[in-house]
Amino acid sequence: MMDSPRTAVSNPPVQPMESNLTERDLIRRSATSELPTPERQLTPVAKLIDVSKCIGCKACQSACVEWNDTHPEIGANVGYYTNPHDLTEDMFTLMRFTEWVNPETDNLEWLIRKDGCMHCADPGCLKACPAPGAIVQYSNGIVDFVHENCIGCGYCIKGCPFNIPRISKVDHRAYKCTLCSDRVAVGQGPACAKACPTQAIVFGTKEDMKKHADDRIADLKSRGYANAGLYDPPGVGGTHVMYVLHHNDKPHIYADLPDDPKISGVVQAWKGVTKYTGLAAMGLVAAGAILHGVFGRANRVQPEDEENAEKLVDSAAGHREDA
Amino acid sequence: MTNSWTDIKNTDLVVVMGGNAAEAHPCGFKWVTEAKANRGAKLIVVDPRYTRTASVSDYYAPIRQGTDIAFLNGVMKYCIDNDKVQWEYMKAFTNASYIVKDGFGYKDGLFTGYDPEKRDYDKSTWDYVLGDDGFVTTDPTLQNPRCVWNLLKEHLAPYTPEMVERICGTPKDKFLKVAEMISECSSPTKTMTSMYALGWTQHSYGSQNIRAMAMLQLILGNIGVRGGGMNALRGHSNIQGLTDLGLMSHLLTGYLTMPTEKDVDFTTYMSTRQFKPLRPGQTSYWQNYRKFMVSFQKAMWGDAARADNDWAFNYIPKLDVPSYDVLRMFELMYQGKVNGYICQGFNPLLAFPNRDKNTEALSKLKWLITMDPLETETARFWENHGDFNPVDTVSIQTEVFQLPTTCFAEEDGSLTNSGRWLQWHWAGGTPPGEAQHDTYIIAQIFLRMRELYRKEGGAFPDPILNMSWDYADPNEPTAEELAKEINGRALTDLMDPTDPTKVQVAAGKQVLNFSQLRDDGSTMCGCWIYSGNFNEQGNNMARRDNHDPDDTGAYLGWSFAWPLNRRTLYNRASADLQGRPWDPSRKLLEWDGSKWTGYDIPDIAPTAKPEDVGPFIMNQEGTARLFTRGMMRDGPFPAHMEPFESPVANVFNPEMRGNPVSRVFETDVAQMGLSDEFPYAATSYRLTEHFHYWTKHNRVNSALQPEFFVEISEELAKEKNIGNGGWVRVWSKRGSVKAKAVVTKRIRPLMCDGKPVHVVGIPLHWGFTGSAKKGFGPNSLAPFVGDANIETPEYKAFLVNIEPSTAPQEATV
Amino acid sequence: MNVDLSRRSFLKLAGAGVAATSLGAMGFGEAEAAEAAHVRPFKLTTTTETRNTCPYCSVACGVIIYSKGDLRKGEAADIVHIEGDADHPTNRGTLCPKGAALKDFVKSPTRLKYPMHRKPGSDKFERISWDEAFDRIARLMKDDRDANFVATNAAGVPVNRWTTVGMLAASATTNETAWATFKFAKGLGIVGFDNQARV
Repeated sequence: MMDSPRTAVSNPPVQPMESNLTERDLIRRSATSELPTPERQLTPVAKLIDVSKCIGCKACQSACVEWNDTHPEIGANVGYYTNPHDLTEDMFTLMRFTEWVNPETDNLEWLIRKDGCMHCADPGCLKACPAPGAIVQYSNGIVDFVHENCIGCGYCIKGCPFNIPRISKVDHRAYKCTLCSDRVAVGQGPACAKACPTQAIVFGTKEDMKKHADDRIADLKSRGYANAGLYDPPGVGGTHVMYVLHHNDKPHIYADLPDDPKISGVVQAWKGVTKYTGLAAMGLVAAGAILHGVFGRANRVQPEDEENAEKLVDSAAGHREDA
Repeated sequence: MTNSWTDIKNTDLVVVMGGNAAEAHPCGFKWVTEAKANRGAKLIVVDPRYTRTASVSDYYAPIRQGTDIAFLNGVMKYCIDNDKVQWEYMKAFTNASYIVKDGFGYKDGLFTGYDPEKRDYDKSTWDYVLGDDGFVTTDPTLQNPRCVWNLLKEHLAPYTPEMVERICGTPKDKFLKVAEMISECSSPTKTMTSMYALGWTQHSYGSQNIRAMAMLQLILGNIGVRGGGMNALRGHSNIQGLTDLGLMSHLLTGYLTMPTEKDVDFTTYMSTRQFKPLRPGQTSYWQNYRKFMVSFQKAMWGDAARADNDWAFNYIPKLDVPSYDVLRMFELMYQGKVNGYICQGFNPLLAFPNRDKNTEALSKLKWLITMDPLETETARFWENHGDFNPVDTVSIQTEVFQLPTTCFAEEDGSLTNSGRWLQWHWAGGTPPGEAQHDTYIIAQIFLRMRELYRKEGGAFPDPILNMSWDYADPNEPTAEELAKEINGRALTDLMDPTDPTKVQVAAGKQVLNFSQLRDDGSTMCGCWIYSGNFNEQGNNMARRDNHDPDDTGAYLGWSFAWPLNRRTLYNRASADLQGRPWDPSRKLLEWDGSKWTGYDIPDIAPTAKPEDVGPFIMNQEGTARLFTRGMMRDGPFPAHMEPFESPVANVFNPEMRGNPVSRVFETDVAQMGLSDEFPYAATSYRLTEHFHYWTKHNRVNSALQPEFFVEISEELAKEKNIGNGGWVRVWSKRGSVKAKAVVTKRIRPLMCDGKPVHVVGIPLHWGFTGSAKKGFGPNSLAPFVGDANIETPEYKAFLVNIEPSTAPQEATV
Repeated sequence: MNVDLSRRSFLKLAGAGVAATSLGAMGFGEAEAAEAAHVRPFKLTTTTETRNTCPYCSVACGVIIYSKGDLRKGEAADIVHIEGDADHPTNRGTLCPKGAALKDFVKSPTRLKYPMHRKPGSDKFERISWDEAFDRIARLMKDDRDANFVATNAAGVPVNRWTTVGMLAASATTNETAWATFKFAKGLGIVGFDNQARV
């Protein structure tokens, strides 16, 4: 078996197989400083989502639910095709529909973007996470949540520049796309990429995916999309889920995809924050977690906690600059 | 489909009109995206709505629903006017040069011979001039003003771009862009494919919509070639199979037809089915009809079908009307003339138009049997669900049996896909509870009835008592046994016709395919076109070799395609008159001087010389018909007609309503609405998240699209003060529904004949059973009228009104 | 500055009460006690594969059914997953949102499990045995056929049709089921016989 799968187009094995994603393949682990150096470097993988080939069929959502055994709520129609209306702890990926009139052509374009974890090379969620080992990053690029270690504080949401993780109302732990780490571990691609009827979602090594994106971009340019391009934002070190966009000059038209995502100021500031202020910021969050835990509710960061934390961090950051 | 799903990758231009392939057939649509990505193919979508297919198109043009003929006639005219015709193909492979009888003509929206009383045409002038030799008179120079080509040009003359804009609401520049893109495919090295579905069939002139595109494809030389064809995207997984097997009122298996009362005996029946060639040397394959028919009768009744009893011809019921299609049956039921009804895997309460009428009709039944893996609204039509099913339960005296069946995952057998592939599948799970296979249920009812007839006698018991039912376990025939019966076998030793001393097929052996069938009772075959599916080589439907030499997309080793494992119909037309491929880079077949060779099974006798024998072997002409003679009830050329309920009058004849020859039942006439009371043009459709009324039972699909809605433009929403996501009431002359409103830029008002037309889109996936939120279907609103030729209900174009409203109410217990 | 400063280091550096206490209270006092990273066990291991075809539209995508238990060994088979067949020439392993959720169609909460019977005027279904249902149905059908069968028309030509009972055939059943159904319906003389080709 190759160290990382090259495609999602294969039939899964049914015979027992050794997992190729183990503790020794971790390159980051939340709230952990001394991580042993990995013995090997897995080939980085990526999921490429070609928005121009996407027909918005939601097969990715369906396959995701079936593979991950989640139970999304049956909601209501509120005037949109986006269902459920947001990512949830039971819906790790979501087609977001935007009706956009191109000001240059006056033609309607129905922009459909599959939203979900981008598997950032520089993962804000992991950096923000105070629970040791609740978020890990493998050397192939997958950022995974280890739910047993999650304290449900919600700081991963704050740390995520794409607003992806969601906290379960049932077990108060954070959930998001795993890039089907259980499938990748046995040489398979993610369920969404396997299912995608038009192969708008493809999976392979990051290098191959970038090459494939080049071909797609050339095709789009030949069809008049002069600004077609690859979305692999450098602000988060690049991502292991990338988009081909017909209008890569304005990612925000695709249901508020950040033009230049960066890890939130709070998390970034922590990196350079002086000890005590940083501690205090974290302490407030953690204290909030305890109180809510006591009352049996989700261990969510509360707005007031966040506000206090941000103030402290801001003043600390300011202080540091002064110094 | 004339071609297969995988063949679509060979195309240069995909026209999706009368369908929404990306939403209804996403994995088949994959081959459109492959053609785009790998060949630089373009995709055009012409639809009243900017669909998910349109979202990935290269060009989108809006059209008012029900005006496709005007649009396509306009494109044909554009191609002819601009010399964008595949002349060699068109001249050789169509009936363009055939001379038509004097008297045939078209005026004021009607062809010659219309009788308003009978709502029918006298079609005697809609025919060719025959010479003394019995063959059609032709003018290969196309100079004769009465040849099909010149009559066609005359017929198309009114369909100018301005006229198209006036009727269809398609802006002239957009129409011209589409026409120009299509016309490029007249080149022998460029092909276009047409992908359509119920968006074309569900009109009172649905057959003519399809004819118009078929004619365009013939003019462009795109039938029979790789990446071309007329590709009907069938709805259900085996609706192609059920049609092929003749599970329809007017059909027997393999497109043999049911006898009518005029067919007093077998000789008379056969006399109208001789299919003598109309041009010298042509194949006219239906000349073999008698072999298929006799073998079919032997499959049904074995030894009881003999030469001396006309092969048990009288065992087959004879029709006194063109067909007892579902609209007629529900009309009869509504009149109290039907006592019992069996719904196998079918949900008519939501599937047929005018739901109130359906409810009333079902309520008049003495008994109803449903066989289904799932709950259906039909099985529970008597149950009160408040606004969602406001019936008076106690007053409904129908006895109902709800029988649980297995589903695909729990049974073996074959399904025929849109590309005519018969694919075998295997059971992978244990059925739930006491669910049983359909074959078991059918066998049990049959055996018990047969026993009653044995014991008690009764009305004409012969076809029941003599029914061939020699299965190892008569209680439950296996899929293999039934498949072998469909293939057919020799009943006595069959001698080789070229060497009578040799046995071709020994008695009891499976025939190789239908070429071995005989009309003397020595063979049996359930369905001739399927023959070859399960012969002495084994179960060919179970073949799973996915090799594809030279990547043509043919996959001859995967499953079995009818007929004879042929993947592209009319494939001989992929080569010119000398037998050379029109496009050498897309070779399908080639004449090597003595026989046809290539990537597919030739759709012609393998040694038929290219210059002598035409490619359309099922037609008596050997050519394809631009002019259909009297074979269609509503005209030999497609002519613009308006839906029965239209926001604008027919510009060719303002007095004409709908299709002038469609059957309309008296009770339904009063239930047709007019545009002053119902100003908005409604259309119905599927959404990609759901499959008919099935997936609302599935929690996953229910989460992806949970609740019934209608779609309207921002302009109409503003006019009617309707908010996005708010409740609306939509009503027609026949019923009323409540829905959430989705206000969208994807639907825009169209300007037709000088007035704005607002479109109301109504998807069809909700009812009162299952996991999704309770809702309604468009059948509560749609009219009870069908296509003039095949009675497909006019679901795609009717009139409604709309207003802001409140939520519907559940039943109060 | 170490830009990759981890949370763990951050807390250690912080080193004071409140954060440590809070984590301790959450059961994470000792970071080392946290679970090792692991991916979910691969859920198809040791399941049985069966090739099948999606029952929805006419693309007829190949699917593989994964079950616990093997019908071919005479065992009960419980379907745990269904996924596209990558060997299939048409769908190449892909599936649409309906096909991708086939397992939940098979396991739908509204799958029918038992024959049910509704008496005239009743507001409910009641269980009925298969035998009882078949006997009653055969009797009802025969009685109606005997009473309403049209053997000849006015001209005395045998027409042998039965118009007072109709049948709709399932458009997702197999060809083999369809052939058995065809024999049954046409053999009885049912002319009001149709399928779902038009709707």
